[in-house]
Amino acid sequence: MRITQGAFSFLPDLSDDQISAQIEYCLGQGWALSIEHTDDPHPRNIYWEMFGPPMFDLHDAAGVMTELKEARRTFPGQYIKLNAFDSTRGFETMRLSFIVNRPSREPGFALIREEAAGRAMRYTVRAYAADRPEGERYE
Amino acid sequence: MGAASDRATPVVTADRYRAGVLKYAQMGYWEPDYVPTDTDVLAVFRITPQEGVDPEEAAAAVAGESSTATWTVVWTDRLTAAEAYRAKAYRVDPVPGSPGEFFAYIAYDLDLFEPGSIANLTASIIGNVFGFKPLKALRLEDMRLPVAYVKTFDGPPTGIVVERERLDKFGRPLLGATVKPKLGLSGRNYGRVVYEALRGGLDFTKDDENINSQPFMHWRDRFLSCMEAVNRASAATGEVKGHYLNVTGATMEDMYERAEFAKELGSVVVMIDLVIGYTAIQSMSKWARRNDMILHLHRAGHATYTRQKTHGVSFRVISKWMRLAGVDHIHAGTVVGKLEGDPNMVQGFYNILREPRNPVDLKRGLYFEQDWASLRKVMPVASGGIHAGQMHQLLTYLGDDVILQFGGGTIGHPMGIQAGATANRVALEAMVLARNEGHDIWNEGPAILERAARDCLPLKAALDTWGDVTFDYTSTDTPDFVPTATPS
Repeated sequence: MRITQGAFSFLPDLSDDQISAQIEYCLGQGWALSIEHTDDPHPRNIYWEMFGPPMFDLHDAAGVMTELKEARRTFPGQYIKLNAFDSTRGFETMRLSFIVNRPSREPGFALIREEAAGRAMRYTVRAYAADRPEGERYE
Repeated sequence: MGAASDRATPVVTADRYRAGVLKYAQMGYWEPDYVPTDTDVLAVFRITPQEGVDPEEAAAAVAGESSTATWTVVWTDRLTAAEAYRAKAYRVDPVPGSPGEFFAYIAYDLDLFEPGSIANLTASIIGNVFGFKPLKALRLEDMRLPVAYVKTFDGPPTGIVVERERLDKFGRPLLGATVKPKLGLSGRNYGRVVYEALRGGLDFTKDDENINSQPFMHWRDRFLSCMEAVNRASAATGEVKGHYLNVTGATMEDMYERAEFAKELGSVVVMIDLVIGYTAIQSMSKWARRNDMILHLHRAGHATYTRQKTHGVSFRVISKWMRLAGVDHIHAGTVVGKLEGDPNMVQGFYNILREPRNPVDLKRGLYFEQDWASLRKVMPVASGGIHAGQMHQLLTYLGDDVILQFGGGTIGHPMGIQAGATANRVALEAMVLARNEGHDIWNEGPAILERAARDCLPLKAALDTWGDVTFDYTSTDTPDFVPTATPS
């Protein structure tokens, strides 16, 4: 399967030139880029590991790309995403987020059902990869 | 308004309260020198007076009938600070290009309204006055809600920012679809449509406004089937997904029961219809706030009073009331789809729902500056006759913070529902990517879609099927301050 989190997961994987163009766009909007990675891509895992703090003072795409390449070198088999943060009042949130690296094989998720009263069902989504210890999930 | 003299200025106190009938203007409801205060509620009405009724008197009558007046003088006014409680018509302008119609501006003292109650606000502003005989027609065009009043409302329980953070979806419009056919499917078949559409790439699916609990599908059955579909699709994609479970019912007790069940099943969103009424909407908003639930509002019924220009209530006013009342989603037009919507008017609605402050913008029908005082933002929903081939137009007109709902444009896809959903998602992502890269998507849009379709057969099939479908009719509800209706 292919995890389709992030803004561009339905397109073919973006080239570095394409990623760079998106970074330019974000910087042009005044947003700060940050890089996060994980080996636990549960849909509600909102706290991926930070690959350094948000780059508030980095204003050129090449610098961000350098950081991204470093992240890929360090965690080649993990999910890596680029986030753009907007500190404008009334937003103060992420304005763009997209995956820029993914493991070569994505085993996906199991849906675990627990039957409850009145035909109701309790659902749990569990990543197959998460059955293994942290750091050994995508190898 | 017979016996009284013709003076348009207020009469002196002793004469003012003599039993009998006075003109509204003479009773103090027309005050051309009045300067609205920062805490006044302001309204602008389009009035069409009957023959022989002068516009100032008609404006005064609207002010009177929507505040303290009755048809005759009553001495009991003198037991109150009547001058403060009287609404004041303070300005009347002819409507450009529409002889016989006038814009009447009226100011209301803040104390005329119960804090935090849309029912009370509307009982005054649109309560009696719309049937008033001296007017042929009356339309509430816009309102200015002062910050002092805005702050008495809770507003949207979730709002755009928190909704995106909860769904973990940023940087693109969200995608949805309404299950079709809207009536007749069994719960099990209905859930199939939900699963296919979410699995294929949509973020949300939706009950239609008239899906409640009918003989062919009771509500519990629908909720159970839909939540199975939502969770299956979520596991298959790794994304948070949702289905707007319509909890509209005959009574508040029914709606609370349905909403509680939706919560128990883990739904992220519930839905209500505008026809349940303002008080029920505010009750459900409070429920949603207590339960961390996104609240979707379908504007069922609105066009009965929003569409015609001379009579009713503009949808921009409904948008303001709903932001106060506190809904997270509201259907607000598509511009390009099958339903009424002039581009400027629709952008006016979107600005009301999404901006922290609205400047005066006559072209978009915004007559007053409106400060929303940090009230959360409502996510507009564009739904009705839109398809993947219009993606560049939709993104240009409506921006990022919107839910694009392709019902027929998903479910009617020649290769199936999943393919329909995928076509929409690919078209959207390709268009956002291109826009961010600096492409002129308005002009290059069709070429961008063609290029994206090379990697995506479902998109190619969608463009082949619907590429040329447009709904090109002249809008009814158009701006008064541009020479002609803007083409869509």
